[in-house]
Amino acid sequence: MRTAIQIVSAALALATLVLTGPAAKAANSVDPAADAKAFQKYFTTKFPKLKLSDFVNGPYSLNEDMHRQWVEKEEFPPYEFALDAGKEMFSKPFKNGKTYADCFADKGIGIRQNYPYFDEKEGKVITLELALNRCREANGEAPISYVKDDMAALTAYMAFTSRGKPFDIRIPSDPRALAAFENGKEYFYTRRGQLNFSCASCHVQNPGERIRAEILAPALGILNAMPIYRSEWGGMGTISRRFISCNSQTRGVPLDPQSDEYRDLEYYLSYVSNGLPISGPGARP
Amino acid sequence: MKLFSRSLALPLAAILLAATPALAASEADFKTAYAAADAANKEAGTLRDQWTTTASALKDAKKAADAGDFDKAVAEAKEAEALAKASVFQAKAEKEAWKAEVIR
Repeated sequence: MRTAIQIVSAALALATLVLTGPAAKAANSVDPAADAKAFQKYFTTKFPKLKLSDFVNGPYSLNEDMHRQWVEKEEFPPYEFALDAGKEMFSKPFKNGKTYADCFADKGIGIRQNYPYFDEKEGKVITLELALNRCREANGEAPISYVKDDMAALTAYMAFTSRGKPFDIRIPSDPRALAAFENGKEYFYTRRGQLNFSCASCHVQNPGERIRAEILAPALGILNAMPIYRSEWGGMGTISRRFISCNSQTRGVPLDPQSDEYRDLEYYLSYVSNGLPISGPGARP
Repeated sequence: MKLFSRSLALPLAAILLAATPALAASEADFKTAYAAADAANKEAGTLRDQWTTTASALKDAKKAADAGDFDKAVAEAKEAEALAKASVFQAKAEKEAWKAEVIR
């Protein structure tokens, strides 16, 4: 009798392992394509009147009055000075005679939609801002601030040359690339700061709603418009600046610009917006 | 008279005790409180989840100590420690909790 009970128990334990094993594995497995599909479906279901490409215009697509303001603003866009400055900086040779164009594929024109990418040699995510500073350093120039002014101007010009091209972020079949994507996802959904907000608290759970005087932008397409001129900032800001100010607003101490977490976050957020057109540089309230 | 002094002795003693100021905090008290807050905030740092309010309270504690106001310095350091511990709790809880918010 005791043997029979032991055999039945062992069989039950084995059956439990067989049944729960793959399901548990599936729940924990990383599937960026499925994530992107679910992400886009969530927003298109939440805002059924919007076309997918409308999401790159952030809050301007969600509110009729703001949309009218935006159309008028685009006639004399506030980012225009930065765009001109960026074009000039981009073509001005470094002291060694080379230019930014020498550091990039296609001379840096029309490539914004491919950034960030995963560098398999380094095993890390490379953002456009990081690549620009590495270009400077490789040519004997001092790096520039990641958050505004020159960096915003340079990325504004590069984004402008990619306008309309869909985000085309690749995740190579490399476990480190999948880990970077997953780390970015974790950062995006993790609540932090004394106000206990995650990025998703505002940009997934409440896009279109007001937080004080602001209308929250949807996370889908949020990076396609970068860099942006923000009236609140009174100037241009980069993706680094956007992440840092979001963290500060939740009363969290921001990380250093281009820290691994921010690079992974940019990788995740860009990938889930694959297919949506680059609209940067943009303007926001 | 005897009755009067007997009946008033206890309440008077209580009033006197309440009116006596608590012992002022010393520099050593501040150092102990500050070290505890700083350690908790460093732990939050390793978890990549420090709060700006903790940093402000630590700064205010140091400022009060520099001005010789150790009562305030200790109070601020204790506030900083409480905030830092809350941020550590948040970071540890979020290690699993974030998964519940993911769009599927």
